[in-house]
Amino acid sequence: MLLAWRLAVFAAALCPFAWYAWQVYSGNGGPEPGQYLLLNFGVTALILLLVTLSLTPLMKLTRWKGFALVRRQLGLWTFSYAVLHLLCYLLFILGLDFSALGDDLVRRPYIIVGFAALLMLLALAVTSNRYAMKRLGKRWKALHRMVYAALALVLLHFFWVVRADMGEWLNYALVAAFLMALRIPVVSRRLSRVRPRRGVARRG
Amino acid sequence: MLIRLRDRRTLGENDVTPEAIYHARRRFMAGAAGLGMAAALPRGALAASNYDEVEEGSGPPWFTRRFDNVAWQAVTAGADDTITPYGDATHYNNFYEFGTDKRDPAENAGQLTTEPWTVEVDGEVGRPGTFDVDQLLGEHRLEERIYRLRCVEAWSMVIPWLGVPLADLLKRVEPTSKAKFVRFQTLERPSEMPGQRSRFAYIDWPYQEGLRLDEAMHPLTLLTVGMYGRSLPNQNGAPVRLVVPWKYGFKSIKSVVRISLVEDQPATAWSSINPREYGFYSNVNPDVDHPRWSQARERRLPNSLFSPNMIDTQMFNGYEDQVASLYSGMDLQKYY
Repeated sequence: MLLAWRLAVFAAALCPFAWYAWQVYSGNGGPEPGQYLLLNFGVTALILLLVTLSLTPLMKLTRWKGFALVRRQLGLWTFSYAVLHLLCYLLFILGLDFSALGDDLVRRPYIIVGFAALLMLLALAVTSNRYAMKRLGKRWKALHRMVYAALALVLLHFFWVVRADMGEWLNYALVAAFLMALRIPVVSRRLSRVRPRRGVARRG
Repeated sequence: MLIRLRDRRTLGENDVTPEAIYHARRRFMAGAAGLGMAAALPRGALAASNYDEVEEGSGPPWFTRRFDNVAWQAVTAGADDTITPYGDATHYNNFYEFGTDKRDPAENAGQLTTEPWTVEVDGEVGRPGTFDVDQLLGEHRLEERIYRLRCVEAWSMVIPWLGVPLADLLKRVEPTSKAKFVRFQTLERPSEMPGQRSRFAYIDWPYQEGLRLDEAMHPLTLLTVGMYGRSLPNQNGAPVRLVVPWKYGFKSIKSVVRISLVEDQPATAWSSINPREYGFYSNVNPDVDHPRWSQARERRLPNSLFSPNMIDTQMFNGYEDQVASLYSGMDLQKYY
């Protein structure tokens, strides 16, 4: 049952990639397919990051451990789409002109911020295995709180890309703000009390 | 290696210039005072109005009436400039009145009412008035002009427009000696333009653009009513728009309802939002970067994943010979 759930999540996370790749392959990606993939992989990475960050509150709320079981997987999917987003930028926007990359990295704030967020996600991805958890011990948790900083940088990156209408950005920012609010200790404790652990309930 | 040489006695289709086109070209070249647009007629002049997917000549009566007398290929683009497919030019648009995604205009612009349509011409002119498109075009014959279009976002297309020189209209309304700039305004109609209903748009509707009077009078500046041998699709700025080929695309304002001749430099939509990123002039210039990206190169569309089609951006989008004199003595780093 839980294995099926994990496989289903795996399949679902693969869907955006398959869909956008199919769109481009079948000629529906428009006249600039590289830009199309760049934008859609970027947005997918942000959505997956928000989904990943909603798992802990969902688990507290429902007490279903299935949410915790797919957290690492979804975190790695987030990182994968972020890497695809970067690859699109390098291949299709810069045309692999690495001197232009150097220029962008020095001069353009939204590129710097996006790159920093990706490096953070990289650090989280490489320390997501059991071996790293063991070695890092208590520091692991502190390190993985960096995901909140990454989220802030991703939103800033997106905000600085917006040119004409911030409506779409605002939707993501509001979801992010809501997820962060759920982590305020007072709120978080209340969330846990909605459906108390069975053992606790019996004792009470 | 075998090199095939064509027998000189056999003339190909592309060697024949129809008489009408020949005269149109002579007339245009004279009018443009030898602006160096006399590039050789490219292949298929006879097939000038035949574009894939396009119903040739379709449009409102004021358009079809003029269709028999179009000066085809009055201006052509460079040898390497392949005309962008019609489907791409009509489904990859920045027209924020209809949404911010490139596909939004094609999806949402269908509901726009373009008949009837009037354009108010006012300000520092001797003969102000409200004109329908037919009157706006006047007696000047429609010309087809194949222009490069360079978007400020670093992509570009090549598009065959149909229109008349804006100068022809401006002369008819007789600018006064006080007229120094021309301000253009797009339709504001939130009921048909979903982008104008967004509460989070940066643009202060209606969209406004402006040109210096001498820029507006330049023979390359086109008052445009068609493309690809038909009238303008709504998402491309129907029924009447401006095309200024040596400036970034956003200067070529769409769906114009008002043209005002004014004394002072008008406020324009993008430079009001962010003057550091978008100047009043916004001439295509590979040496002046947009703060968020380089303008040195551009992606010529359509491209594919395997060939990004990156080409060097040309000064004034390749129209330097024709327009550089407008800016002699100006510091283009400062007046970007």
